[in-house]
Amino acid sequence: MNETAGGIDAPEETSGTVKKFMFVNRKAPYGTVYALEGLEVVLISAAFDQDVSMVFIDDGVYELVKGQNTKAIDVKNFSPIYRALEGYDIEKLYVDDESLKARGLTTERLLVPVEVLNSAQIGELMDQQDVVISF
Amino acid sequence: MKFGLMINEGPYTHQASDTAFKFATAALEKGHQIHRVFFYHDGVNNATRLTEPPQDDRHIVNRWSKLAEQHGIDLVVCVAAALRRGIKDEILAKGFRISGLGQLVESGIQADRLVVFGD
Repeated sequence: MNETAGGIDAPEETSGTVKKFMFVNRKAPYGTVYALEGLEVVLISAAFDQDVSMVFIDDGVYELVKGQNTKAIDVKNFSPIYRALEGYDIEKLYVDDESLKARGLTTERLLVPVEVLNSAQIGELMDQQDVVISF
Repeated sequence: MKFGLMINEGPYTHQASDTAFKFATAALEKGHQIHRVFFYHDGVNNATRLTEPPQDDRHIVNRWSKLAEQHGIDLVVCVAAALRRGIKDEILAKGFRISGLGQLVESGIQADRLVVFGD
């Protein structure tokens, strides 16, 4: 956290404004850096007391799979951070039903409690956001 | 309208920075404001003054520097993403500065629209 928190100078000019931020996670946790660096943004947004939600679609659902072991690829296993999100008051986690099914996954295989939605429902949620950032 | 932009891919390999630049230019021409451009992931590579494209090609880095100077745009490079990729203060092109991810979130709060350019 420390290195990414470097730039938070007391968010004075934004105090009082609460916007709906949605982070859309579309990529597998390893292979590219998007998932890891995306998670860093999510954690920082918590410091700004915004209304934050996360949605996992396509290969993004793999980010939440239990029992990740990265030893053989010499990359840090950052999946425990998803369990810590609750401590940052980030509790709105949505997963796309089709993406789960297409990969033979069920919510029992996931690290954290999530709400499963279909793509139309996710679309409606996106429509309600002020800011949507996808990784 | 006040826009914040986010650029997530490096120059020349990917069109994200080009498209964002075209978007910024068009928005400014229409009288809108671009208050900040935030560079993340490989997008931090848009900020190095060591960039030297062939003479007959567009200079993506200098183009941002010039636009920022003309219109008072804040070009912010994410510190964590930059350090991972060897982008440091001493090699920043004109108009860019290194700061934290808080600047991206702040941009999302302050701007009317945050537009993301990437894969």
